[in-house]
Amino acid sequence: MNHFIIAPVVLPAIIGGLIILWMRHDLLLQRVFSTVGSALLLGVALYLAFHANTGEVFVYRLGNWPAPFGIVLMLDRLAGLMLVLTAFLGLVVQLYGIGSGWDRKGWHFHALWQFQMMGVMGAFLTGDAFNLFVFFEVLLIASYGLMIHGGGALRLRAGVQYVVINLIGSTLFLAALGTLYAVTGTLNMADMAVKVAQMPASDTAILRAGAVLLMLVFAIKAALVPLHFWLPSTYANAPGPVAALFAIMSKVGVYAIIRFYTLVFPGDGAVESLISDMLLPAALITLVVGQVGVLGGRHMGRVAAMSAIASIGTLVIAVSMFTPASISAALYYTIHSTLTGAALFLIADMIAARRGGDLWLTLRPKIQNSGLIAALFFAAAIAAAGLPPMSGFIGKLLVLDATRLDPWWIGIWATILITSLFAIVGFGRAGSTLFWLPFQLQRIEQQAEAEGKPAPRAPIPPKLEPDEHIQDIGDAVSPALAFAATGALLAGLVLLTVFAGPALRMTDTIAEQLFSPHPYVESVLTNQEGARP
Amino acid sequence: MEALVAIAIGAMSASGIYLVLRLRTFPVVIGMTMMSYAINLFLVTTGRLAVNKPPILQGHGPADFSAYTDPLPQALTLTAIVISFGMTAVVVLLSLGAFIEGGDDYIDMPESDRREGGDTE
Repeated sequence: MNHFIIAPVVLPAIIGGLIILWMRHDLLLQRVFSTVGSALLLGVALYLAFHANTGEVFVYRLGNWPAPFGIVLMLDRLAGLMLVLTAFLGLVVQLYGIGSGWDRKGWHFHALWQFQMMGVMGAFLTGDAFNLFVFFEVLLIASYGLMIHGGGALRLRAGVQYVVINLIGSTLFLAALGTLYAVTGTLNMADMAVKVAQMPASDTAILRAGAVLLMLVFAIKAALVPLHFWLPSTYANAPGPVAALFAIMSKVGVYAIIRFYTLVFPGDGAVESLISDMLLPAALITLVVGQVGVLGGRHMGRVAAMSAIASIGTLVIAVSMFTPASISAALYYTIHSTLTGAALFLIADMIAARRGGDLWLTLRPKIQNSGLIAALFFAAAIAAAGLPPMSGFIGKLLVLDATRLDPWWIGIWATILITSLFAIVGFGRAGSTLFWLPFQLQRIEQQAEAEGKPAPRAPIPPKLEPDEHIQDIGDAVSPALAFAATGALLAGLVLLTVFAGPALRMTDTIAEQLFSPHPYVESVLTNQEGARP
Repeated sequence: MEALVAIAIGAMSASGIYLVLRLRTFPVVIGMTMMSYAINLFLVTTGRLAVNKPPILQGHGPADFSAYTDPLPQALTLTAIVISFGMTAVVVLLSLGAFIEGGDDYIDMPESDRREGGDTE
């Protein structure tokens, strides 16, 4: 068991390295190794989550140095859940990347994918604040490469924006860590929690500044208003499977908020309710901005991106309450919104592949497999808008229930419920433009044909150009695999709905563990047998 | 000493932020570099400002902290320097790619990203 904790970081690192060194010219080998690696990673994640579910906090001391001097990895229930979610998403979306032919649009798709998984897994496992920064950088560097995979003017331009905003985020992160280190003298999260709790109230001014700086960093990652401007262009211009994988990246920001502000800066400690007072209004505005964006979007990629922003809004509303019930609701909604967001981006990519890369919501000829894609879109849109019977409905219900006792509850409920209507109308409009309007065009064509005029239909030519920056249905290696991957994400949503009871009991125990931080401190700092003296 | 370092950090951060808010990629890259310099300097000072003192405790007796400086911020700074150096290379290459593909070096998205049939410039 002991050494398995580091496997989610080491396994993708080895596979990624092997792919770069030995098989960079052989796409088939890359695909096999990368898929097997991702499947193994899912197995390891399930194994770890199974053990974490006993309620014990497992600690892995790197180099066996005693905490707080060495770096520790920490596996608890929350980390276990996030590992499984990431590994599942990574495997499924990677299969989509193979099936749709995206992985041969440029170089090193699979290697970057493995390094991306390594960074995300590390960020979920680490118990050291500076190590969290390092893993953020690992996942960001890989995501820069994936973001511009395939090239193209718009994608590169969006990539520059994405890199610059994240570099500023990293700079802020360092400033926050420096401030916290100057005040507490430690970077180990459990140790920091102890030091913060011991600090006299008169000395906490700089500590609070550090806590808020840190929250800003995580808010950039999570794309909370007003730090969300980078997201729509980035996600809309990223390759479909990459945008789908990015669904977990904004959740890394939310995860870090939950981790830091339950363990290190709990609401009854030195920072008081400062963080939740700031998060709640920001989350409400994020939700409104996102859903209005869904309503007003003229491009399917942007509609999906705005829906991702809206889901972060709902999520952070629940997080900002910082009660066990609200964190439990937030975790349930995290699983739901990750799968939904990824499914929406994959569906948008399937549509783009059949329209020559064109995702504008205007009249176009009917696409191939229109019926099947429309059905998938319908399911994903219902889940994203929070309509029954999909898990979005249960998630929103939980969030509403968790905010019931807040003095602002009328405002919160009104915002969530009214913006849901925006989302319904927005998705309805997008879906009818994409799937129903083409029938009108078909009728006109049939009339024209009946009158003996040639049909003005322009069939999409099949093509096989790996360097082309727009992915086309002609490039798809196996459209069936792409459909299966998207279907697997939606099947995950269905399972989340059917087994909502067990899922909720699980998130309840996670929240319970988060709100009793004593075992963390105990297992990281006190029970150190076996560590070097 | 404290005032000097504080002014240096402040001035570099301020010019970095100003440059990052410019419209073209070159000033933005320079601004990013300025900001990471400022942060590196800030990180060094988070231990304590100590001149000419080794980051090693001397002797075996009771620890004498007056002749000692905290080694951890130096290690952090070293990590930060390496990462920011690599990142600068990435952003330079990316903006070069965007310039070659897009034909100009503006940071903001061209109109074709927002509107169907919009100008690519």
